[in-house]
Amino acid sequence: MTDFAIGLNGICKRFGAVQANRDVSMNIAKGSIHGIIGENGAGKSTLMSILYGYYQADSGSITVDGREVRIRNSQEAIRLGIGMVHQHFMLVDNFTVLENIVLGAEGGLLLKQGLAKAREHLQALNRDYSLEVDPDAIVGELGVGLQQRVEILKALYRGADVLILDEPTAVLTPQEADHLFCILRALREQGKTVILITHKLREVMDITDAVSVMRAGTVVGNVRTADVDKEKLADLMVGRKVTLKVDKAEREPGAAVLDVRQLCLTDARGVKLLDDLNFQVRAGEIVGIAGVSGNGQSELLEVLAGMLEPTSGEIRYQGADLLQEKSSQPRAALYRKKGIAHVPEDRSREGLVKSFPMFENAILGYHDDKSVSKGGLYSRQALLARTRDFIRQFDIRPDNAQLRVGLLSGGNQQKVVLAREIHANPELLLIGQPTRGVDIGAIEFIHKRLVELRDAGKAILLVSVELEEILALSDRILVMAGGQISGEVAARDADTISLGLLMGGHKH
Amino acid sequence: MEQLFSLLDSTIRVATPLVLAALAGMFSERSGVVDIGLEGKMLVAAFAAAAAAFVTHSPWLGLLAGIMASVSLAMVHAFVSVTYNGNQLISGMAINTIASGITPVLGLAWFQQGGNTPQLDDDSRFHDISLPFADALSNVPVIGHLYSKLLSGHSILVYLTILIIPVVSWVVYRSRFGLRLRAVGENPHAADTAGVSVARVRYIALFWGGVLCGVAGTFLSVYQTGSFIKEMTAGKGFLALAALIFGKWRPLPAVLGCLLFAFADASQIRLEGVDLPIVGQIPSQAIQVIPYVLTVLLLAGFVGRAVAPKAIGVPFVKSR
Repeated sequence: MTDFAIGLNGICKRFGAVQANRDVSMNIAKGSIHGIIGENGAGKSTLMSILYGYYQADSGSITVDGREVRIRNSQEAIRLGIGMVHQHFMLVDNFTVLENIVLGAEGGLLLKQGLAKAREHLQALNRDYSLEVDPDAIVGELGVGLQQRVEILKALYRGADVLILDEPTAVLTPQEADHLFCILRALREQGKTVILITHKLREVMDITDAVSVMRAGTVVGNVRTADVDKEKLADLMVGRKVTLKVDKAEREPGAAVLDVRQLCLTDARGVKLLDDLNFQVRAGEIVGIAGVSGNGQSELLEVLAGMLEPTSGEIRYQGADLLQEKSSQPRAALYRKKGIAHVPEDRSREGLVKSFPMFENAILGYHDDKSVSKGGLYSRQALLARTRDFIRQFDIRPDNAQLRVGLLSGGNQQKVVLAREIHANPELLLIGQPTRGVDIGAIEFIHKRLVELRDAGKAILLVSVELEEILALSDRILVMAGGQISGEVAARDADTISLGLLMGGHKH
Repeated sequence: MEQLFSLLDSTIRVATPLVLAALAGMFSERSGVVDIGLEGKMLVAAFAAAAAAFVTHSPWLGLLAGIMASVSLAMVHAFVSVTYNGNQLISGMAINTIASGITPVLGLAWFQQGGNTPQLDDDSRFHDISLPFADALSNVPVIGHLYSKLLSGHSILVYLTILIIPVVSWVVYRSRFGLRLRAVGENPHAADTAGVSVARVRYIALFWGGVLCGVAGTFLSVYQTGSFIKEMTAGKGFLALAALIFGKWRPLPAVLGCLLFAFADASQIRLEGVDLPIVGQIPSQAIQVIPYVLTVLLLAGFVGRAVAPKAIGVPFVKSR
């Protein structure tokens, strides 16, 4: 019989009306890499939060090394040898690596001997796992990949035998992710147990020994990775057949709708966020912008949507430079009227007012539209009718136009935004992270709508950190790194490796 | 020379309560809690210390009462802003309002002197003390002068403050508590996941801030004036806060800021009624405004961008 590092037996957890975990059981073998895969909202994070002591399970039990334990807070989890690498790093930016690592485990009232001891220990860990982290570097000045390794070191320094990583590759380039996987394999060789939470099938196939698939709060499969393939896992995750590919015919694009020339944006500190961007988006074409998040994509979208003023350059839309337009209204409103629709990256902050009902959200940004108002007052009937149309066309659930938008799932919120923007019949659609936090079923739907829009001859600029999404949808792909366009690839010639190199800033 | 010595001498006197208050503010703000209540805590401490010293005839019991009064207000601030995640500015403002209201009310009820406390007799006050050999060395040029004129002849509270400065600096940068304090003010979530109790660190920080404000208030009433006078802090708490920002929330530069403000204040007293070449006599109102103008100028441009602790003013709520 194999030794189990962690055993979860019949874990249940309920938050109000939501059953986040329902009778979840799994055994995680010592010295293995165990994947937990599932869609957003499947209960993966809740489960791991229970294991790490943030929440208490309503019922069920946890065993560590075969002994039943109670984990009431994260200190107890640490004491049991469980370490967690959070999706959002838990680091103090203006501390050195060393200070971050000893924080909370200083070993005495004074820092001096604690730091000296930690330095020695750190060098040993650095050697063992080839982490290459400088203990005296300021954490805020390190790249994300290195920051993540600091998090790993933090857990190892506290004597973690079981390491939980929550969506660790979300912020990494493919190359950085590969390096991370090397580190994880090294950890496994040293007898550590790794739990990898992810929604990316490729990662599970690449690195795990066993995988638990979660759906709607329950475990729908505990399998050995060697016994399954991607399609099988995807079916388990969603509970029905899904096509990971988007059907899309080759199409000759029309005239340029958007023509960006020498676009630059410099922030208050003089950092170049956008550095001399030149590109076009033509009618009937989806141009995808790939890149690790934080390389200027968000700023580009905001500049094009009129939310940010560029430092210099031209934004030619249907032949005329938008920046030369004089208008008393805010730029974002002006651009909208001209037919530039925008589905922002952060829909809950910029795309919706969560405490408003669905029908009010359905006209945000288009509230001047004469067809929904009468004599300066909104016609509730017209608003509701329009919203019901949206609900029908986009299959928004639940189908209640008066429901507060904040109560909808991520996928349905996104459908509300998308429906609103498409309804305006734009010539150019700017869309950021269309499927972030959206379940697979809705992803398929949203992708289909985007392709329909393209086939109707509209221009679409798509920003996404999901390479698979970029590859599936785009006709042309631009890669951004450090505020510049580091390369352009036709979609049919692109693969993750070549894009990954460009994302890391290697120019063609 | 005499002129200069006496100017520096009063700089030290004026700076002492500012330094104490600025270091108090540093503890709480470094832990992520905005502390505009320095003023109120000092005021309450000044009143409690003077009242207790008057009744007990002991300046030390006065000091104890001052510290206790200030700490209890600090704990109210902690309770509101740490335990109940209340707005820290409003809580601080409330402390100031309470302090400026309750001190004259109690003063009037207890002593019937228009809200002030009676003048303390000599036994109930802190006095200037001569350091050993001050007289003997007073004739040695330079060093002797510095020692006997500048260093000697201050209250025990001044020497206490001079000792406190390096201790605080050491605590912040070299001790376990200091590391946790800075972490909690910068990224409380990181500290929390590393097993540090954010609330505990903030309570401790506010407690020590209260202690230091208590000493500062006592200095004003039981040493400087010998009685409590209504609104006697007169904006010193805010001046200390300005010095703290000027010092970018670091102990030694903040002390430097306090000395600068104190120097401006001390020169102002000396400039009053003096005929200067060319300009003649400067109206006293114009002179009195110097420290404040200096504050605005320094904060506006001179120090560059002051980067506050990142989590300052934000109540810590465990997210997940």
